Amino acid sequence: MSWLRRHLLLFAAVAVLLYMLIPNVVVAVFSFNDPVGRYNYTWTEFSTRAWTNPCGPQGLCDSLGLSLRIGLIASLIATVFGTMIAFALGRYRFRARSGTNLLIFMPMATPEVVMGSSLLTLFLMMGVSSGGLAITIAHIMFCVSFVVVAVKARVATLDPRLEEAAADLGANPPQTFLRITLPLAAPGILAGALLAFSLSFDDYIITNFNASPSSITFPMYVWGAAQRGAPVQVNVIGTVMFIAALAIVLVSQLLTSRRRRAAA
Amino acid sequence: MPAWSTWSSMAELAVLSGGTARPPVRRANWVPYALLAPGLLWLAIFFVAPMLTLLSQSLQEGSVEAGYTFTANWQIYVDALQKYWPQLLRSVGYAATATVAALVLSYPLAYYIAQKAGRWKNLMLVLVVAPFFTSFLIRTLAWRTILSDTGPVAEFARATGLTDLLQALALTNNDSLLSSKFAVIAGLTYNFLPFMILPLYASLDRLDRRLVEAAGDLYATPWQGFRHVTWPLSLPGVVAGTLLTFIPATGDFINSRLLGNTQTVMVGQVIDAQFLRVLDYPLAAALSFILLVMILALVSTYVRRAGTEELV
Amino acid sequence: MAQHGPGDLELIGLTKSFDDFTAVEPMDLTIPQGSFFALLGPSGCGKTTTLRMVAGLEQPTAGQILIGDTDITNTRPHQRNVNTVFQSYALFPHMSVMDNVQFGLRRRGDKDAKRKAQEALDLVELGHAGRKKPNQLSGGMQQRVALARALVNRPDVLLLDEPLGALDLKLRRQMQIELKRIQQEVGLTFIHVTHDQEEAMTMADSIAVMNAGRMEQLGDPAALYENPSSTFVANFLGQSNLLAAHVTGTAGDGRLTADVHGHEVLVDAGRVPAGLRDVWLGVRPEKLALGEGNGVNELKGTVSDASFSGVATQYLVRMPWGMDLTVVQQNDGSARARLGDAVTLSWDPGHEFVLDSAQDEDAGVEHVVVDG
Repeated sequence: MSWLRRHLLLFAAVAVLLYMLIPNVVVAVFSFNDPVGRYNYTWTEFSTRAWTNPCGPQGLCDSLGLSLRIGLIASLIATVFGTMIAFALGRYRFRARSGTNLLIFMPMATPEVVMGSSLLTLFLMMGVSSGGLAITIAHIMFCVSFVVVAVKARVATLDPRLEEAAADLGANPPQTFLRITLPLAAPGILAGALLAFSLSFDDYIITNFNASPSSITFPMYVWGAAQRGAPVQVNVIGTVMFIAALAIVLVSQLLTSRRRRAAA
Repeated sequence: MPAWSTWSSMAELAVLSGGTARPPVRRANWVPYALLAPGLLWLAIFFVAPMLTLLSQSLQEGSVEAGYTFTANWQIYVDALQKYWPQLLRSVGYAATATVAALVLSYPLAYYIAQKAGRWKNLMLVLVVAPFFTSFLIRTLAWRTILSDTGPVAEFARATGLTDLLQALALTNNDSLLSSKFAVIAGLTYNFLPFMILPLYASLDRLDRRLVEAAGDLYATPWQGFRHVTWPLSLPGVVAGTLLTFIPATGDFINSRLLGNTQTVMVGQVIDAQFLRVLDYPLAAALSFILLVMILALVSTYVRRAGTEELV
Repeated sequence: MAQHGPGDLELIGLTKSFDDFTAVEPMDLTIPQGSFFALLGPSGCGKTTTLRMVAGLEQPTAGQILIGDTDITNTRPHQRNVNTVFQSYALFPHMSVMDNVQFGLRRRGDKDAKRKAQEALDLVELGHAGRKKPNQLSGGMQQRVALARALVNRPDVLLLDEPLGALDLKLRRQMQIELKRIQQEVGLTFIHVTHDQEEAMTMADSIAVMNAGRMEQLGDPAALYENPSSTFVANFLGQSNLLAAHVTGTAGDGRLTADVHGHEVLVDAGRVPAGLRDVWLGVRPEKLALGEGNGVNELKGTVSDASFSGVATQYLVRMPWGMDLTVVQQNDGSARARLGDAVTLSWDPGHEFVLDSAQDEDAGVEHVVVDG
């Protein structure tokens, strides 16, 4: 009994982790399903057909490519903008500071459905046609704030004396920025960029408001497929993404810890 | 691990911690403004301006075919509220329930990772963010499989009487877990859990364990130590996490659409349908605006009550 | 400005004020090239601000900074041939030790950076550690890297901002000797900011004592110790017994008589500022002898406290008027007094210093001992 009590917290933690991970397991398992009918919701029999032909369903891989392209462009631009703002906030004193903070905070406090619909009204009024460009513009908009937060958290922990030391050792301001500030802020910038990419790649609601029939992103494809019955290949791609990302994280962790050990 | 600490501090959103760092004095010049310009301009054009066009759209009358004219038709707000107050109220109710559920589920996990996990810490953090790596639509669809009437979860719930309990609480769809209030709220909770766990983890990770030990040394029982030391010190994470969960959950319509029924329609679903299928732009715009104002009012009251007025 | 050399650092009316308070009052100071100079004072006295102005990290409100004949007041930090060893070392965490040390040379395009950096590392006895990252080194090693990183540039002036503050006592003593050796070896001007008076006296050729933004006294360590010009310096540099005294007359032999709570004592006339009558008569604890007395300057009291520290014993002796005098007796084999013993204290005329009694007797007393 006391053993149970002592490990109660552990059981709770593991249970919540399971709650979080079970859908991923289900997605992976059902990527090997061979469903009867259109809906891949109940288990029928084992098959690797979807894995051997991942681009089988029409439009699936096109939508994946579009999402990757939009994700890359949007996260790149949002990262540049967001990093610049984060440095201004973290390194300078200026008027309009609280206004800037508010402007950064607002998109995070606004439901996606409001942002998506309001952009639609703007584009309608300006006569901008829906499609890839409109989607990219929208994604940059909602990603900037998250990049600012990620980078600012890192910039705030940077010791300003390191920059002073660089200046003291003869580095001019651009050199100081390139050799000291930027490398030290890099983890925050990278985290911001990754977050921006995953937000963009995974966005359905805002995208849906600004998409045209010729600009179907991956989440839109999944949504549409869910109405008609999702092909098993969707599970394949979900599983591949999951495993690839997990592998990247684990390998990078392994490398950093090994490098640390080697250097010690 | 630097990578994870940035992940979590990022997730903390600095909604609360951002104001703490005092930037060094630099000679006031054009540099900060040049740094701010592109990003803020982008937000001004594609975030602020759309809010204004949204407001303007809501006050216009007409149709897609015949075009719209501005008539300052404030009546639309009254109509929208009269017609859709159940959906608005339901959205807030579902989101609040999901937020509380997420907090209750997240706290033990975040606490365990931050204070007890030791060398498993990084692995557990990876597992927490791992679901992010699969499209959330796909994962939400997976819940249809998990909760389906013939699945093991439904059978377990029936066997243990859980279904009866939920049915008594009017959370189920007859005796089915799927397409029910329960499924929608569980889906919302599930979808935003990482947004709750990471800020909680960040603030609990910073917590100095010696403070809890000191409380114990000063005769606090474990519960009192939690109540008077751990919990207050984790409040920034609690506030950030609840905001990060509540705001998107209120506007969400994926879960209610995929896991709910006609009795669980949330306001996001209505806005989506009015905009993209009914094509009643003024009504949809008015509803969007009502939703926004409602959330901002709730959030600012909440943040003020939580004792921090520092946004971002 | 009497004689100044080509590489002397000269501060002329250097001032720094922030919004509502003055951190550094107008200060004039010349630091000769090649000297080991200490800026000593309690925290908040303005010594670090002064250092940061010399480094260029803080813009002076008024005044000038010259190296030789060159005015560097308005140059940016990276344009000055001045380097700093920061209090927290400020080693770049993402670079190896070697890259840290080479950083300054590289910025100036030195072709020989690698060899020079290796030499500098050898000088601080870290020649083997070049490939490590700073966080893999101990505090003492990091300190030496920071020193090498500054030294390698051969600056006109090397600034040290409490560089030993983070080290434990033993390591600090060791580094003090090391620093002094290196300074003599390279012959650069060192300006060392510290709140540790013992450290300043051990290392510096001359010391400027600062208090509340002002320079209280400037001189070599012995002169400051033997002849402090204010109660602040008397108390901040070592310990002092300050006796309220009144000059009563002359006693021949270049001496004056003075009254200390009804006891007549002799005072070296040369040590009494002209015209002063009511004075603080200062005697250092080690100048007081415990025992027989010398027949001239004698005070009787009772031992109220004794603490043995190995090399010496420190006593507190209660005077009839209630004051405790501190006495330090070397552990030279002479008999030790015990608590409650009636004892006679004496000192030789000329071993005292004399200050105006208008000064605060408690100025500079460290109520809380910060120093380990």
